[in-house]
Amino acid sequence: MAIKRRDLLKLGGLTLIGTAASAAVGGVYTKPQEALKGSRWALAIDVVKCKENRATCGLKCVEVCHSLHNVPSIPDKKKEIKWIWEEKFEHAFPEHEANHYLNEKLHDTPFLLLCNHCDNPPCVRVCPTKATFKREDGIVMMDYHRCIGCRFCMAACPYGARSFNWIDPRPFIAKVNPEYPSRMKGVVEKCTFCYERIAEGKIPACVEACPAKAIVFGDLKNPNDEINKILKERLAVRRKEELTTYPSVFYLIG
Amino acid sequence: MIEKALTGSKKYWLWLAFLGTLIFIGFLCYLLQWKIGLGITGMSRDVSWGFYIANFTFLVGVAASAVMVVLPYYWHNYKDFGKITVLGEFLAISAVLMCMLFIFVDLGQPNRVLNVLRYPTPNSVFFFDACVLSGYLILNLLCGWTVLHAEYKGTKYPSWLKPFIYLAILWAPSIHIVTAFIYQGIPGRHFWLTAIMAPRFLASAFSAGPALIIILALLLKRVANFDAGQKAIQTLAKIVTYAFVLNLLFFFFEVFTAFYSGIHSHQAPIKYLFTGLKGHAEWVPFMWASYILAFIALILLVIPATRKNETTLAVACLSVFIAAWIDKGIGLITGGYTPTPFETITPYRPTLPEIGIAIGIWALGFFVLTILYKIALGVKEAKELRVKYQGVLIKK
Repeated sequence: MAIKRRDLLKLGGLTLIGTAASAAVGGVYTKPQEALKGSRWALAIDVVKCKENRATCGLKCVEVCHSLHNVPSIPDKKKEIKWIWEEKFEHAFPEHEANHYLNEKLHDTPFLLLCNHCDNPPCVRVCPTKATFKREDGIVMMDYHRCIGCRFCMAACPYGARSFNWIDPRPFIAKVNPEYPSRMKGVVEKCTFCYERIAEGKIPACVEACPAKAIVFGDLKNPNDEINKILKERLAVRRKEELTTYPSVFYLIG
Repeated sequence: MIEKALTGSKKYWLWLAFLGTLIFIGFLCYLLQWKIGLGITGMSRDVSWGFYIANFTFLVGVAASAVMVVLPYYWHNYKDFGKITVLGEFLAISAVLMCMLFIFVDLGQPNRVLNVLRYPTPNSVFFFDACVLSGYLILNLLCGWTVLHAEYKGTKYPSWLKPFIYLAILWAPSIHIVTAFIYQGIPGRHFWLTAIMAPRFLASAFSAGPALIIILALLLKRVANFDAGQKAIQTLAKIVTYAFVLNLLFFFFEVFTAFYSGIHSHQAPIKYLFTGLKGHAEWVPFMWASYILAFIALILLVIPATRKNETTLAVACLSVFIAAWIDKGIGLITGGYTPTPFETITPYRPTLPEIGIAIGIWALGFFVLTILYKIALGVKEAKELRVKYQGVLIKK
């Protein structure tokens, strides 16, 4: 049976309406009821507490984060993947290299480094596929299914926060957490501020895991949030301020 | 016209077979990379771009440099370049092809490469680079092929082509400027964050590219009985000289700014490349080789007698090409990543399979170039024969 012109047009019209309707419906995304709500999530890491408790804490923040997110432990340093890790002051803040007094004072203080979730993120600016993007709540996210693995974001990140899967990471995951996806080779990954926990109303895993309660999580845009009080009272610094990327990770050094 | 590439001397076929073997080896290496991942390369978390991107950057310059023969011919009606314009355009085609392949093999998820077009992102320089490179490839294919085809038919190229030729001329610098923007717009990489990056790229391109065209022209004179003309080669040699002097000057400006300002972070990459830093000196011999070659080339190019002598000119051009390849290839990339954002040093050395893939891509580029040149020279030869024959007829 041949399709009449009239029927074809009708079908075409219906398809158009259907597409428009599905696009409209698909565009609406409602956050789950229990999700934490914020406009710019941030961390304040109390390095004074870190130092006091470092001998006993066992770097729980790193351990919990990496096991929860299926971050592989690859022995080859050059190919390693890390979302949060410990670094010395002179490596975290190399611009203070010449200030021996400061260096001496903070030499033994551990600094936890992770993605800074910058307000002005260079990695998002350079990504050719929008595989890394900034969410409304300030989290710099990764879409592992869209990433083409060009590593422009790794060149652009001034904090060395991004890791690339040079090889298949799965054989290097000691115990797979089925709740969270593992990655494939050839994509970039990094800390996502535990977006999946925030959606369930939980705070990031590293914050929860710290036995010394040295990490505070909160919304910078909410003046009543505890993090704002702490940042006002204490002496807080961010990494490479001169690049005006406006990191969302603060270090309380005094 | 294609038929011109299907007949040739034994040497021609041997050369193609040799290149084919290299392509095959490169392909095997790529299969290994396809299976295991980019882990087979020497790249690391800290030095996340390496030999592939280095070659890509250099070859964008070679591609852009075709404009140095096309512009004088079409814009200033410089007739002496008539015979070599098509050499420039076809060189651009094979160079862009190599660029695209080098980007492709550098991708962690190559099967997703079309995501760049599926999710166009105007704020990414990579997106622009993909656009200008493919545009440039199409323009050169169109212009080079149409002009040659007109020559094949014994007519002048159609007038509708003129705007495309001019567009291709304007387009050429854009591919290299955009490529420089990949680097110079990144915060926190001291070696790259410099406004002179784009001009430096252009200067090195406009010296290394025409240098390659001179080498190819001198080679074709020997193996293909094709004479580009003394005057054309000498004009190109002058272009190489001026561009290369500018290139060296730009490098001096960088060194001056870094060292007179006294800013350590700006000096660190230069120190790493030329003297070694914190006990690491992986690329020092290469960088010195590059600048010694540059110095030799400079002397040979500046002195008129050595510039006019074909042998010394060939040596100078080869030196320019290799010097620029080291400097704008691997020097640029490792210098950008060293020191790391933590002021530490992670050394980078390309691995054998990585080099194998790179050689395979170069071989593929030269394979395409050989075929394109074979066609071009075949057409030109036929035309000369025709002119000669007509001359005989007229005399009779």
